[in-house]
Parts: sequence; C-alpha cells; structure tokens
Amino acid sequence: MLTSVAALIVLAGLYSVHMMEEHGHIITGMNNQIVWGIPHVFAIFMIVAASGVLNVSSIGSVFNKPAYKARAPLAGLLSLAMLAGGLTVLMLDLGRPDRIIVAATNYNLTSVFAWNVLLYSAMFAAVVVYLWTMMEARMQPWSKHAGFVVFIWRFALTTGTGVIFSFLVARQAYGSAILPPMFIVISFAWGLAVFHIVQSAIYQWNGKMLDEYVQKRMKNLLGVFVVAALYFVVVYHLTNLYFARQVEFERFILADGGIYPLLFWAGYVVLGNLLPLLLIYLPGWGKTQHVAVASAMVILGGFAFLYVFIIGGQAFPLSIFPGFEVKSSFGDGVIGLYSPSLPEVLLGFGGVGIAFLITAVGIRVLNFVPREIPKKTL
Amino acid sequence: MSEINVQRRQFLKMSMGVAAVSIAPGIFLFDMAHGKADANKVRWGMLIETANCAEGCNDCVTACNTENGLSGGVSSTDSQWIRKIEIKDISTGRETSLPMMCQHCEHPPCVDVCPTGASFKRADGIVLVDKHLCIGCRYCMMACPYKARSFVHEPLQNQNPDVPRGRGTVESCTMCVHRIDQGQQPACAVACPNKSILFGNLNDPDSEIATRIRTVASAQVRADLGLNPGVRYQGL
Repeated sequence: MLTSVAALIVLAGLYSVHMMEEHGHIITGMNNQIVWGIPHVFAIFMIVAASGVLNVSSIGSVFNKPAYKARAPLAGLLSLAMLAGGLTVLMLDLGRPDRIIVAATNYNLTSVFAWNVLLYSAMFAAVVVYLWTMMEARMQPWSKHAGFVVFIWRFALTTGTGVIFSFLVARQAYGSAILPPMFIVISFAWGLAVFHIVQSAIYQWNGKMLDEYVQKRMKNLLGVFVVAALYFVVVYHLTNLYFARQVEFERFILADGGIYPLLFWAGYVVLGNLLPLLLIYLPGWGKTQHVAVASAMVILGGFAFLYVFIIGGQAFPLSIFPGFEVKSSFGDGVIGLYSPSLPEVLLGFGGVGIAFLITAVGIRVLNFVPREIPKKTL
Repeated sequence: MSEINVQRRQFLKMSMGVAAVSIAPGIFLFDMAHGKADANKVRWGMLIETANCAEGCNDCVTACNTENGLSGGVSSTDSQWIRKIEIKDISTGRETSLPMMCQHCEHPPCVDVCPTGASFKRADGIVLVDKHLCIGCRYCMMACPYKARSFVHEPLQNQNPDVPRGRGTVESCTMCVHRIDQGQQPACAVACPNKSILFGNLNDPDSEIATRIRTVASAQVRADLGLNPGVRYQGL
C-alpha cells in the first residue's frame, strides 16, 4: 500500500519534470534572484542525510560496536536510497537535464560541482562494495576495509556539500569556512534521525521490539548529534552577528525576514532541536515511540533549516555597493520573493518517493533487517 | 640483459617517440586556437563616466535588448543583461546613476564554479557562456557578486541569429562579442547619448581608455574581492 503511494508520488514528480521541460522554469517559484529553490532543499537534505546515516555503519565496522554492526547493511541501503533520491532531484531540476552527459564528460577541475560529481559517484560505488562485503560471506574479511573507505569518503562528500556554499563569495549567507564541518555534524543528526524512523517502522511492521540496550544507546547518540549540530549553527550566526557588515543579514534571517525567522526559530530551533531533546532526555521519556517522534521532528527541523539557509540566504540582496541604498529593475537592494510552486514541490517529494521505493524493495528482496545479537555479547 | 628486455625497451622508446610526434602539433595548434600567443595584447574593457549618466535614461538597456534579442521585460524571471542602478550614499546622501552588467573579471567566480566549463573567459578578457555546454545548474548565478547573470526561464522565439540563446541555460552581457569581432563597438556604448560608456583595449597604452584610466580616478565595483573587473567606473 505504502509502496504504491510512493510510486504515485514518484510518477507525480516525473510529471512535474515533464512540465518543467515543456514550459521552462517559469512554472517554478525560482527566479533570477532566488536561483535555487525547494528542489535544492530536498536534494541537499537527502544527500547530507545519506552521508550521515552511514555513521551507523562506521560505528559498527570502524569502531567495532556489534550493536551497530548488525545495523550497518540497513544504513548502507538507506544511504544509497537517499543519495539516489537526492541526486535525481538535483539532476532533474537542471535547466537542461537532457545534457547530463555533458556534466559527465566535461569536467572543470576548479568547480566544486564537478568535484561533487566525482564524490557522489565514488560514494555510490564505495557503499555498494561495502554492502557486498557485508552480505556475501566470502567477502566478509574485506568488510572492515570497505567500511573504512566509506568512513573517509563520506567526510569528503559532506565537506564537498558544505564547500558548495563556503566557496561563494558573492552572497552574505555563505562564504564561511565553518560550513563544511557544520554540514558534517548536521549530517550525523539528520542521518541518524532517518535511521531511527526506518528502524522503528521495520520493527513495528515485523512485530518486533527493539532491544532496550540498543535503543538507549542509539537515542542518546541522536541527542548528542542534535546538540552538536545546534552548536555549529549557533557559532555560525554568532560570528555573523559580530561583524558589522553582516548584522543586517542576521537581522533579516533571525528577526525581520518574515517567513525565514519564523522557520528558523519555530521550525529549526524549537521543533528541530528543543522538542526532540526533551523527548529524548526527559526522565521517563525516551522510549522507542518518543524517539521516533523526536526523529521526525529533527527531520522537519532540518528542512526548515535548509529552507532558511538556502532560500533565505539568496533572498537577502547582494551587497554590490556596500554603504549605499540601491534600486534597479533587477531586484537590487530589495528582498527577493519566492513562493514554491506545485511542480517543484512534487519534484522534491518525488525524490523522497524514489528513496522510499529503493529502501522498501531492498528490504523486501534482500536481508537488510537488523539481526539482533543477544544482549550478553554486547 | 635478455633479448626480450632489449626488445621491450626499444618498443617503449619507439612508442614514446611516435606519441610525442603525434601530440606535438596538436598542442601547438591548441595554443594557436586559444590565442595564447597574444593573450597579453588585448583586454577589452569599459570605463563608465557616472557623472554623465543621467538618472532615468535607459538608452543603453534598450540598445542591449534590441541588439541581443531580449524581450525587455523586467519581471524577476526575465533576462536583463544590463540594468540601470540608482545608488545613494547612506551617510552623505549623494546620488549616482550607473549601468551594471557583467564586469568581465580577470578572475571570474562564475568560471571557477562552472562544472562543465560552459562559463569561460576568452583570451581577450570577455567572459561568456557556451550555450552548448551549459546544463542550467545556476551555480554561476550563485557565485557572481554583481548579479550579472540571468537564467532563461521560458522557451524563446525570434532570436537574433548573431546572438544564440537557449531555454534552460544561463546568459549575461557578452560585451557584444559578435560586434567586437567585426571591429564594432558594443551596442550600449554606441547608444549612450552622453558618451558615458568608453569601450576599448585596456592593455594598449595608447588607447583612449588606457589613457583615461591612467589620468583620472576610476574604481572597480567590489574591488575588495580582488576579481579585477574589466569594467571601471569614474566618479563612484
């Protein structure tokens, strides 16, 4: 039932792509000021979470924790699924998706995007090999090595995602060296949140109960990651607030910017951080269902954060003439307007649908459900 | 040394020789085609005299639209290769009007970030987009500090054959490269009623533009970024 809903969503996404191909990006809310919109929010969320979810595998194979080892294959599958979903959205949002072969054959070595094309493809290959070493008995001696390669590579991959923004000198929201490490830590939180939800769903459908010890460890880990991610976001904004030239931008994002401060405070800070932390740490709470809800909140908070970071960051006008009031016919000096249209939202959800389908089919046909190891051996 | 080893050595030597002979002319021609030999000779640029640029006058914009087949629309999804900006110094109240377009930087961020190499800089300093390589990712639009680029949001009709454009690709001021290559001046420079846009070769010490920028104070917009734009402004 859920699978058919997901398939329908994917179809709706593909139909949106067809419409965008037919009419151009005019049917989206994106324009010459806000050039990246909702599709990028979805794509970057999935790509960042795809890297973070592999933490579960790394803790198993690189740091030798058996409870996580049993979950490593599922984490690998989720990573592939989200990477596929995110990259599909990113590719289909291009102005000329038909020219994707050009992106594969013409590399500009100074371009972060070109690096990311390599980082993503190699990541895909590395995770496939890693899954193979885990699931094929003959290959198991190699599993630790493959796990280590994946461990290193995902740091490179999320650094690459952060660098897309940190190398941008033009806009005030970006161009900061804190962004790559911030994205890495954020990926831990989002990836683990996605893992928690999928794991709870699988256990629920199979009528299984999650081992209490494993459940406790994994929920505490989520809590730590959420706090660490929030720390980086706070430092990013504090640094900006300290620089006089950035104060106007921060006032826009944190106070006067309408939808953006609302999403930042209510969506990211409260829904994405404070409430999940309460659900995880409040005495008597922190049970499986609380953690599942907390995870869902972390994910929603993540979307809110990316909306503010990507779209809010572009909505604020470029500082072409610092110290001057500016006006023109091209939106100079004014806040950029953006309202997401149905096709681009459907494209984003289409990517989520792809990730869901890959996960559902993978779990059905292969042995991805975590096999619990008896508690005393942990 | 065995006979096989000697043979292998000879074979390797010979193949390297053959490879060198076959690649060399290619490399030579590649250099010629990219005009590397005289890269230092020409750098096209502009000097804009803001004191003469009248507020409300839009002649350069209109000329650009006509020359390049742009619609002239000013919605947030319409292409604007050149626009008039009115600026007012917040602390002194002094007002200035000026045209803003691609600044044809020496170190263009758009070229650095373009994944396919569609954004490129010609040997004579003009920054262009190769419409056949552009995949429409818009990363260059994120990277340009002058907001000089537009994305073609809709299918196009009645294009100017000299200025090919394409839906789903990014575009910006070409400095009227098709006119320059025929020895003409950019359309905006010709159209300006006050002759506020001076076009020429920045690298030729005898050119009018080089003489002017040597003798009068001029500035680059966002010079702090170190991009060394080819467009300079006087009276900013």
